[in-house]
Amino acid sequence: MGMTIVQKILARAAGRSSVAIGDVVEPRVDLAMSHENAALVINQFHEIYKGTGLEPHLWDPDRIAIIFDHRVPAESSKTATNQKKIRDFVAKHGIGRFHDLRGDEGGICHQILPESGYVLPGRVVVGTDSHTTSHGALGAFAFGVGATEMAAVWALGRVLNVEVPDTIKVVVGGTLPATVLPKDLILHLIGRISAEGANFKVIEFHGDTIERMSTSGRLTLCNMSVEAGATSGIVPPDAETVRYLREEAGVSDEVDLTGPDAGASYSETIEINAADLAPQLACPHTVDHVKPVVDVAGRKVDQIVIGSCTNGRLDDLEVAAGIVKGKRLAKHVRMLVFPASWRIYKEAMRLGYLSELIDAGAVVMNPGCGCCLGVHQGALGDGEVALSTTNRNFKGRMGNPNSEVYLCSPAVAAASALTGVITDPRG
Amino acid sequence: MGTVVLKLGNDISTDHIYPGRFMATVLPSETPQFCFADMTEFNARLRNKAVPPGSVIVAGQNFGCGSSREQAASTLKGHDLIVVAPGFARIFLQNAINLGLRTVICPEIEASEGDELEIGADSVTNVTSGKRFASQPLPKARQAIVDAGGLIPYARKLVVEQAS
Repeated sequence: MGMTIVQKILARAAGRSSVAIGDVVEPRVDLAMSHENAALVINQFHEIYKGTGLEPHLWDPDRIAIIFDHRVPAESSKTATNQKKIRDFVAKHGIGRFHDLRGDEGGICHQILPESGYVLPGRVVVGTDSHTTSHGALGAFAFGVGATEMAAVWALGRVLNVEVPDTIKVVVGGTLPATVLPKDLILHLIGRISAEGANFKVIEFHGDTIERMSTSGRLTLCNMSVEAGATSGIVPPDAETVRYLREEAGVSDEVDLTGPDAGASYSETIEINAADLAPQLACPHTVDHVKPVVDVAGRKVDQIVIGSCTNGRLDDLEVAAGIVKGKRLAKHVRMLVFPASWRIYKEAMRLGYLSELIDAGAVVMNPGCGCCLGVHQGALGDGEVALSTTNRNFKGRMGNPNSEVYLCSPAVAAASALTGVITDPRG
Repeated sequence: MGTVVLKLGNDISTDHIYPGRFMATVLPSETPQFCFADMTEFNARLRNKAVPPGSVIVAGQNFGCGSSREQAASTLKGHDLIVVAPGFARIFLQNAINLGLRTVICPEIEASEGDELEIGADSVTNVTSGKRFASQPLPKARQAIVDAGGLIPYARKLVVEQAS
């Protein structure tokens, strides 16, 4: 019996020649990522050692990454104090892959990891963030865990009791129409299989559409796989993966391009014709409440958000800037732009995208997650409607249970910013 | 025996259970105050200790979807609540087991607020309606952690073994 790519990764990480779906393994971890919730991980890590007489000991400080992104700069003294505790812990234990709030190396964790070359194909990545699924875009098995689970990883270097997951194969063929983007593809898939359609499973992406897609687009697909409940999304590594790692992530190490076996077993196969797709919206208040934009066109919006780990990369900003360039946002609309990292911010500045967005009326914020999850900047008023390129629209997500969030691609967001109502970017 | 104190629908996210704006609060000793903070009435009952320990929340499919925030499990655990649902999202279920929050997977559960439930090893009995519903075992990979009393004691034992 052939193996899926995740079966192969788990077999190797568990020191076995093969694993079957449902087997319980304890894979070695190649990279363990946290953000501000490292404050809780640190607490739980110390709890593990309580009463043992042992000095708390990190299995490998070089394999731990901590990135400040959820509330930067700190929105409260409580956050600032948590961040200070984490900095002290990082210094004491010599954690190397620490990215503080800094213009030269900061940003959102799910952008910092790939662009820093921390993620390689075939590796096991865990993160105390559900969107850790993103890193499957580079052919890693990457999944979210809770803080206590991470504390055990910090102590032991392996994830305890992982059941080898089943996999859904998604095959996407054909060419996406103009202004239909990877975000539309993943929203369509989530709408089709539901918010729990891939629960406890992996989504493996295949097909010529995926082969031609940039790593940036693949990151969007894998990022939102968790919104269908998936343990992880993954794209088998290929020439584009190597290009990204060499040209954009500065990786010179040998890259393992192992993919799934031809005879691998999947729980189901879903085929999508990219050419048939239209711009999509996830409507309030669930991510699987997906409709074509045309069905909701004309709905008035108050706030447009472009950015986040889902759609804050250079190509996303290029699309948005291209649409608003030389024009002005609708009078009643405010538009917030969150580039995914400072590297992207600087590149977008150099290429003129930020000026084009600002001249149209947008406000460019520092890279961060705060607006997306309603903890910091960009909260909505009672009865307001947001149109956002982020990843969740649960009731209250943007800080106010009496507001609504629609999710869309950067093209839909930018086109709607000009009109002030939900607008199909195809015109 | 536990009373159903809250009946919820499908896809209750961790944002519902523990809204993002309280995420700077992380310690299990401090998170219970923000449990279902946007459901102001229920939250007030919890904070006023009007909900006895061992009370039950009955939810729909995919309870705990969304963010990996462990506060969503610790806030419920802090009130000693039990969650009965046809299905749970993966990370939430894992967090619940790691922290010792009782979760029961019961595909056919039928109950209303105020009903009394008897939770057995492989079934849930609604004492009020007289109906019995089969429940499913936890994913086998997680039962060992439950048996150890949670992930902290489970990992503690492994850390001690590793050091000796």
